[in-house]
Amino acid sequence: MLTVRDLDAWYGKSQVLRGVALTIGEGEIVALLGRNGAGRSTTLKAIMGGVQRTGSIRLNGQEISHLAPHAIARAGLGYVPEDRAIFPDLTVAENLILGEKRGVAARGAPFALADAYALFPRLGERASAPAGALSGGEQQMLTICRTLMGNPRLIMVDEPTEGLAPMMVERVRDLLAEVARRGVTILLVEQKLAIALELAERLYVMGHGSIVFEGTAAEFSANAKIRHEWLEV
Amino acid sequence: MQEALFVLLNGLVYGLLLFMLSSGLTLIVGMMGVLNFAHASFYMLGAYFAYTISVGLGFWPALIAAPLLVGVLGVAVERYGLRAVHRHGKLAELLFTVGLAFIIGEIVPLIWGRSAVPYRVPALLDFPAFTLGGIQYQAYRLFMMAVSVAIFAGLYAALARTRLGLVIRAALTHPDMVAMLGHDVPRVFTLVFGAGCALAGLAGVIGGNAFTTTPGMAEALGAIVFAVVIMGGLGSIPGALIASLAIGLIQTVSITLDMPLGAMLGHIGLPLDPHGALGQITIAHAAPAVPYLMLVLVLALHPRGLMGARAD
Repeated sequence: MLTVRDLDAWYGKSQVLRGVALTIGEGEIVALLGRNGAGRSTTLKAIMGGVQRTGSIRLNGQEISHLAPHAIARAGLGYVPEDRAIFPDLTVAENLILGEKRGVAARGAPFALADAYALFPRLGERASAPAGALSGGEQQMLTICRTLMGNPRLIMVDEPTEGLAPMMVERVRDLLAEVARRGVTILLVEQKLAIALELAERLYVMGHGSIVFEGTAAEFSANAKIRHEWLEV
Repeated sequence: MQEALFVLLNGLVYGLLLFMLSSGLTLIVGMMGVLNFAHASFYMLGAYFAYTISVGLGFWPALIAAPLLVGVLGVAVERYGLRAVHRHGKLAELLFTVGLAFIIGEIVPLIWGRSAVPYRVPALLDFPAFTLGGIQYQAYRLFMMAVSVAIFAGLYAALARTRLGLVIRAALTHPDMVAMLGHDVPRVFTLVFGAGCALAGLAGVIGGNAFTTTPGMAEALGAIVFAVVIMGGLGSIPGALIASLAIGLIQTVSITLDMPLGAMLGHIGLPLDPHGALGQITIAHAAPAVPYLMLVLVLALHPRGLMGARAD
């Protein structure tokens, strides 16, 4: 579904990605692991066109690397950034409505406000409150639901459980599992190994801006060297 | 007493005109981060376009056509000028708008001459609306107020109630995220820039004949409009309205306070030599500095401006 080849990216003059290659199949959940600064977040940003980059990015066989970020989103990619980027002065409902992509046909039943409120009733209760007044965990649920409102075929989620209380971590995990059940492909950047291994079927590990391991969850679990070299602090 | 009322009314008209100029600029600066130094130049173009159109067709067609022309010009400037400069950074954008302001400032006297053009208030509204204590108040000034208030109401409703307004409000704080949700943010930028220029043009159309239409009119308001935008808070339409009215009223009132500082302080028991250099300054002399004093005061107390969405 998504094929990335030879992806290089820069922040100003310093190169942060070197020849990243990824393949994600339809309906898969793939985790992208690595230490801080390994280039995981930049990979997601680069795929969305948010940083200066070169290389090939194909979505369902169609090259999208020359498109502007809004056109990449409309082609079917959804992105949930690490900093959540909720619109703090707008209401919860307005945040969700901004996720809709008007004029883009959804496959199957489109994800609507009612779905967001059913999955996470707190969003419905706070629908007319400013999003900035929500707790960190509620904001995380809001930002994932906001991206789902655009009915992406593939959603890229960056560190969704970072800084959340254990109970909220479970809710985020359940939400992602539900998203997958609805047939949405997921590329997940996650620091918590337990969650990544529980959700993902395949994993990539990054180091120094490149992919250093690719394999199934079982292959990864059996490979202590990779964990020691590229993940453990 | 009547005199005070007229001063207040004039301050209100001036403040509302400032609002029409600054409402577009506050969205441009807030959303795009472009310090558009040419904004007041579009105000001047509005006045000159309206003058030329009104000579041939009369004031009412000019009221519609001149802002539209200025808006189209604004769209072209954003689409083919600013957007190309954008990737070279903020400084390049700033220099581009400063250059544009100079170019417009030179072209206008080439076409229309260095002295004021006889752009007049339409005869239909050139009568006293009311007379108080022997002073007449022109109906055209009430018309200016009505247009400004209608623009405020329309802008406020459009931002609060429409989907495009929602996209604009979200892009004030997170333009990149709005784009990654699938909204064509560059096109929205172009639209906001064009609409902002059209509003500045409209302010020129209704202000150029009430005051004077000269090649210096852009320079006279350029800095004050920035004071309004920063004081009101970047991106806030209600903030721009409050700051415009405050600056308009206080500046108009301070022009009429011609009692020397020495005498004034003497009244409240503060001794200052009424014949010294400082004692002879009047508030009216200091009037041009008043908007900037207010700006410094507001920023010292509240760095985001009165109602700003972002601090930077």
